[in-house]
Amino acid sequence: MINITIDGKQIQVAEGTTIIQAIDQNGMDLPRYCYHPGLSIAGNCRICQVEIEKAPKTVIACNTKVTEGMVIYTRSPKAKESQQVVLEYLLANHPLDCPVCDQSGECKLQDYYMDYGLYSPKFDDPKVKKTKKAFPIGPTIMLDQERCILCSRCVRFCDEITRTHELGIFNRGNRAEVDLGPGKVLDNPYSGNLADVCPVGALTDRDFRFKLRVWYLGSQESVCPGCARGCNTYIHYERSRPYPLKTQRVMRLKPRENPAVNQWWMCDGGRYAYPSIDKERNLFVRIRKSGVLLQTDWQGGLDAAAKLICETKGSWGLLISAQLTNEELYLSKRLFVDFLKWKSVGFRSRLDFGVEDDFLIKKDKNPNAFGVKALLGLDETSIDSVLQDAEQRPPEGLFVFAHDLDKILGTQRFKQLRSKIKNIIFVGPQENATALASDVLLPSACYAEIDGTFTNFEGRVQRIRKALEPTGSARPLVEILQGLEMRLGERQTMQATEEVFAELAKQNAFFSGLNYDLLGHSGRLGNNGPAAAKGKK
Amino acid sequence: MTEPVLSRNFNIPDACMIEVAEKRGAYQTARRAIMTQTPEEIGQAVTASNLRGLGGAGFPTGKKWQFLPKDRTRPVYLVVNADEGEPGTFKDRYILERDPHQLLEGILLAAYAIRCQKAYVYIRGEYVEPWRRLQNALDQATAKKYFGKNIFGTSFSLEVVIHRGAGAYICGEETGLLNSLEGWKGFPRLKPPFPAIVGLFNCPTIMNNVETLSCIPHIVKNGPDWFASLGSPGNGGTHLFSVSGHVNRPGVYEMPMGTPLKEIIEKAGGVRQGHRLKAVIPGGISAKILTADEADVRMDYDSLRAAGTMLGSAGIIVMDETTCMVKALLYATKFFAHESCGQCSPCREGTGWAYKIVKRIYEGKGRMRDLDVLLSVAKGMEGRTICAFADAASWPVQSYILKFRAEFEDYIRRTSSGRD
Repeated sequence: MINITIDGKQIQVAEGTTIIQAIDQNGMDLPRYCYHPGLSIAGNCRICQVEIEKAPKTVIACNTKVTEGMVIYTRSPKAKESQQVVLEYLLANHPLDCPVCDQSGECKLQDYYMDYGLYSPKFDDPKVKKTKKAFPIGPTIMLDQERCILCSRCVRFCDEITRTHELGIFNRGNRAEVDLGPGKVLDNPYSGNLADVCPVGALTDRDFRFKLRVWYLGSQESVCPGCARGCNTYIHYERSRPYPLKTQRVMRLKPRENPAVNQWWMCDGGRYAYPSIDKERNLFVRIRKSGVLLQTDWQGGLDAAAKLICETKGSWGLLISAQLTNEELYLSKRLFVDFLKWKSVGFRSRLDFGVEDDFLIKKDKNPNAFGVKALLGLDETSIDSVLQDAEQRPPEGLFVFAHDLDKILGTQRFKQLRSKIKNIIFVGPQENATALASDVLLPSACYAEIDGTFTNFEGRVQRIRKALEPTGSARPLVEILQGLEMRLGERQTMQATEEVFAELAKQNAFFSGLNYDLLGHSGRLGNNGPAAAKGKK
Repeated sequence: MTEPVLSRNFNIPDACMIEVAEKRGAYQTARRAIMTQTPEEIGQAVTASNLRGLGGAGFPTGKKWQFLPKDRTRPVYLVVNADEGEPGTFKDRYILERDPHQLLEGILLAAYAIRCQKAYVYIRGEYVEPWRRLQNALDQATAKKYFGKNIFGTSFSLEVVIHRGAGAYICGEETGLLNSLEGWKGFPRLKPPFPAIVGLFNCPTIMNNVETLSCIPHIVKNGPDWFASLGSPGNGGTHLFSVSGHVNRPGVYEMPMGTPLKEIIEKAGGVRQGHRLKAVIPGGISAKILTADEADVRMDYDSLRAAGTMLGSAGIIVMDETTCMVKALLYATKFFAHESCGQCSPCREGTGWAYKIVKRIYEGKGRMRDLDVLLSVAKGMEGRTICAFADAASWPVQSYILKFRAEFEDYIRRTSSGRD
């Protein structure tokens, strides 16, 4: 360890640490454009200037390693002057079109001008005109060369992270501009990250552009449900404002830093999947009367479901889902397997198709197949035996979470099965053919509307948090399942989600010792990782 | 000065041909040294000679070589900087055209001294004839087995590759050159690491200027003390001064380090008939300008630094009283705005900004306050970038305005419509 002093604060850091890393590790602040912890050091923006005691000139913090006894000032007059001077150059040819720029509100030029600039501008000549203004460079990203400060983060991202090399800096001096290489299109599966990587309004997200000013966004920590990786995300949703967009509440997803899972990135598939949160949702509790699904209230819906389950003596088939949280899976097990003793339980997570790469994207497109295995001891194809059983020896009923049997079996086979089975209870956030063919349809909240945990492919238990109220009359599954438990006489009181997790951590060795506080913002590996889950049946 | 050293063959017809060069003694020093001396002995001689890098920075050459890692896990490269692009400088061109074997012998000795088996010569793209002559000289010398495997029957082998640049000034900067040589854009690299540790193709690399390497055969032949005694204390040897501008006989003049500037100007025939000296740039366009009153200086690294400017590439640009300093600065700022690589924001924006203001003043739309803005734009670039280009771009602006402010103000008063 090396002892240094930053702005009077004595700090110990590991050998080989750069000044900017030391600053970040200690929660201090320093402006930066070209520096990004996930990319190589370019040292070209020159704004992270700090003063080092006894050094004649200020130095850039991103490319200077600490040495024993180093005394660093980030806010000394000399350091401040350097930062301010560099910012003035960066803004000299910048169009200052903030009123029509979509980056406004989350632009580092704006932020640093307020924090480190506040000079009175001297530039008074015509600005350099660049070739392209607001030009799509691929399906996801728009490029504005005039707003660009040539920090080269985007170029380095394409060279170092995706290794697809779409972008380069062409020409030199103040005519330099970022552009696509000849014949290239920015269409790699991680292209959306460029909008995050760009510290200014040069690269903006075509999907989000002009939808909403960022200061109307609320933000909640979550985890992407798009595959077994479980990339950490922020859900950016619209906060109430005078003129709300009624059709869509979530405006975009942003990756949230987690070195153990997704670093600073997420794939485009996950990033642009958010519209499903508000699409084809089950909005009402419905029960079938004289062959027709009719709206009812929760009282009626849960009573009807409980009645169907009570009236039938025999076992039901249960189709669990890897979209459920650990808490929801645990409650399902408690109710259906432990209390009702249903035997025919399965789920599906298809591994026979779907894209996987050597970076983030996993073949398993469900967020919690690991949790199903750990809590219920089922494997990805267990749905097959449940459905085969159902076709051969039709059970009293089928309780379906989210799955669409019409897609899994094909319309013809599903129709046949439906005619053989007396009762189907469907619970899920999205409407589908199975939901519409059910006898009781209970609308559940989607992942953005609940608290809970997912377990990713390597056994990392990560929290998701409620960003939105459940839409329509949807309710969290944790409440729905406990509502059924109460009606079936299994218990009398409702547990909060966190209490459910505490109970499951007591019951299940894999989760043992974990709690919400421990999981924190970046999650924790379960006990013995994947091995424990495999061993447990 | 009694005998020319570096320029001794400049006026010998066909000295670029190997037969002529050999008759004049080429490769004899290298043969003797490589067969009888150790690499360390040559390195020590270079250190003792006080030879300083003649490309512009003036760093002691022997010391530079000592930066190479002691335990070698990778090959070492020697790169010859022949990308002579500093306006007002044309000395390397004379060596390349008129005595390329002198350089090649220097390369041979330097490579031997640093235990390098492959050397690259990065030559300015516009230098077509110098390139032809150097390539021809290399081919002839290779045919005579001065280059290749087992040179002079020893275990020492050396291959030399000549690479032509493509026209960017910044590729004369040490690490910009390395990037360009590797096939990348000529962006100077962040330091540390320095090229002696991580250079060409991530290997330890020594880069020396054409003239620097050309000195080495003479040092090895005549001894370090002889070489050191030619110059001034701490500034060994002679130097090729490129003299241009308002003198009667512009050209390259070899003089000992530390020769008074006025003596060199006199050697070049003095200021034009009927005119008097107004200003002089001592070391290429990047160096701070000297007024006529300041021109009583000695031309070596330390004396010029003490005078607030630098020896740089020793390109002396002489200006008489007919020179308009606004126009002179216009060309300087235009050059730097055109040649900035655009990597660091202060330089990218600062050079273009300075040029815009000077151009506007020149076109008669100047305002008095522009001069202070210019000074602060120039000052702001200084010392805040990856390479020294921004410093070089800053110094002309600062020195012209500070030293000729009255002329700038007068120009603005005379030409401007009074808008302020």
